[in-house]
Amino acid sequence: MMQREVLWRDMLGTISHNLDREFGQLYALWLREFKVFVRERSRLVASIFTPLLWLFVMGSGLGSTNPTNTGANYQLFIFPGIICMSIIFTSVFFGSYIIWDRKFDFLKSVMVSPATRTTVFVGKTLGGMTNSLVQVAILLVVGYIIGIHFDPLSISQSVVIALILSFALTSVGLTFGSFIESLEGFQLIVSFVVFPLFFLSGALFPINNLPGWLNILTQLNPATYAVDALRGVILGQGINSFQTDIMVLLFFTFVLGILGVLSFRKMKAI
Amino acid sequence: MISIKNVTKTYGNLTALDNLSLDVSENEVFGLLGPNGAGKTTLIHILATLIKPSSGYAVVNGNNILDDPCKVRSSIGVVFQAPSSDDILTGYENIKVHALLYGIPKEWREKRISEVLDLVGLTSRKDDQVKKYSGGMRRRLEIARGLVHKPRVLFLDEPTLGLDPSSRDNMWQYIRKLVEEENVTIILTTHYMEEADQLCDRICFINNGRITAVDSPAKLKETLSGDTIRIRFEDNVNQSTVLSKIEELSLLDFVHNASYTDNWLVITVNNANKNIPKILSYLDNVNWIEYKKPTLNDLFLQVAGNSMDYDDDAEGGFMERYARYDKS
Repeated sequence: MMQREVLWRDMLGTISHNLDREFGQLYALWLREFKVFVRERSRLVASIFTPLLWLFVMGSGLGSTNPTNTGANYQLFIFPGIICMSIIFTSVFFGSYIIWDRKFDFLKSVMVSPATRTTVFVGKTLGGMTNSLVQVAILLVVGYIIGIHFDPLSISQSVVIALILSFALTSVGLTFGSFIESLEGFQLIVSFVVFPLFFLSGALFPINNLPGWLNILTQLNPATYAVDALRGVILGQGINSFQTDIMVLLFFTFVLGILGVLSFRKMKAI
Repeated sequence: MISIKNVTKTYGNLTALDNLSLDVSENEVFGLLGPNGAGKTTLIHILATLIKPSSGYAVVNGNNILDDPCKVRSSIGVVFQAPSSDDILTGYENIKVHALLYGIPKEWREKRISEVLDLVGLTSRKDDQVKKYSGGMRRRLEIARGLVHKPRVLFLDEPTLGLDPSSRDNMWQYIRKLVEEENVTIILTTHYMEEADQLCDRICFINNGRITAVDSPAKLKETLSGDTIRIRFEDNVNQSTVLSKIEELSLLDFVHNASYTDNWLVITVNNANKNIPKILSYLDNVNWIEYKKPTLNDLFLQVAGNSMDYDDDAEGGFMERYARYDKS
């Protein structure tokens, strides 16, 4: 009896020790990304500029022609889409930092530590998610300024959507970053991913009246569900229910996350 | 502490390491010496589990690098050739990130971080971003980072490459200090003979992926053929006199060899300091005399062979070269 108790205590001790260690490693990897992000403010300024350009120039310009055919304010209509756009660009291009890490040998020093590849992947992803989330927060403030009414529920739901989408897309970026060796190659290949993700997400137009082929492509795009969910939460104009959107989004995220972990495991250490 | 068994590593046609076996004992400072591209860095990368050998294996601190890479990684510290700290973070933050990665318990994390910062003399600069550090400070930071988790083995890959002579001296002092203060086995690669001579208990020469000699610096120097004395005569001395002197000198038991070429009489002897006066007693009209103790450099040239093969490391593309330039 005594022995069994001791055994249990030992086992629990080992597990909690390992968890401590694992969280410590994740915290370390995240902390590093966060400090870099905070110190390189030009990154933030540059990444917030494009969404604002879309929101104000395209939003007002195209808005004058009533493209949604519903009489709804076009600038408000694309606001959830622009949030997703900023997540798409930030998250996928975040994958390039793994290439930088490799170039500047930082990655080597992580690879020689006892952290597993899965931990390295998740830590890096948490960093990317943080970057996206900061931008989303800024855009939500902009949304308030252009006349969107938020309540605590819609804000927290928006944050949940943003976190899930940015996890999925940071995984995509890191997967590409794990096997592409040059930054130029990364930019080129990833722009073939980023623009379809954005244009086929219904960020700029309603998706309930599209021709068949376009409809299929938008249905296959994880961002579509994030845009729809956000539009539902922020404007009450969603097509699917919040739960449906989240479930589909989680499914995509799960698959893309697994892909990311596998590609990190296969990645060369040096 | 480290036992390398028949390790071979090939890249296509190129054999970087050729059936290499080696043992390093605990708390030894072990030098890997060889020209560029000899396979030193490849060996370190294999021992640090960053690449797998094509065949053979190694045991580091009781763990096989093939079966237990994670345990191996916990017990070693690696200081890479190119500095690998993040220059946007401060020195302290870089070390903290690594302390967390190695799972150092909270209770002694901060204490240990200040200990290693102190050891490499960076305490006063710990809150500066690494981009404001000099080359030597960066290397020292890397050493502190490599030591923070109290590894049993520390790998130092070319710790003084690209440092000016005074920073190099400085670095040597820090390395000696850490040998005294930390209970750690050190594997150091270098292509500076002087460095290996100064710091290492044993030296292993590697060339073309093979070991050409392993021993203590003193023993290695003994294997060289003694001190070299070079003598020049006054112009009025003719060659036949010199040649007859050579015959006389060759009979002495401390003389290994004597020859006359290009008007220089070259004699290799044991213990030149003691025997130069004796040699001079045989010779008249000496105009100039010089002598040289053998250095590991001579040994290096002897075992490394053709110097034309040295520089065959890939330089890398523009970005790699830019990255290296930016760092140093």
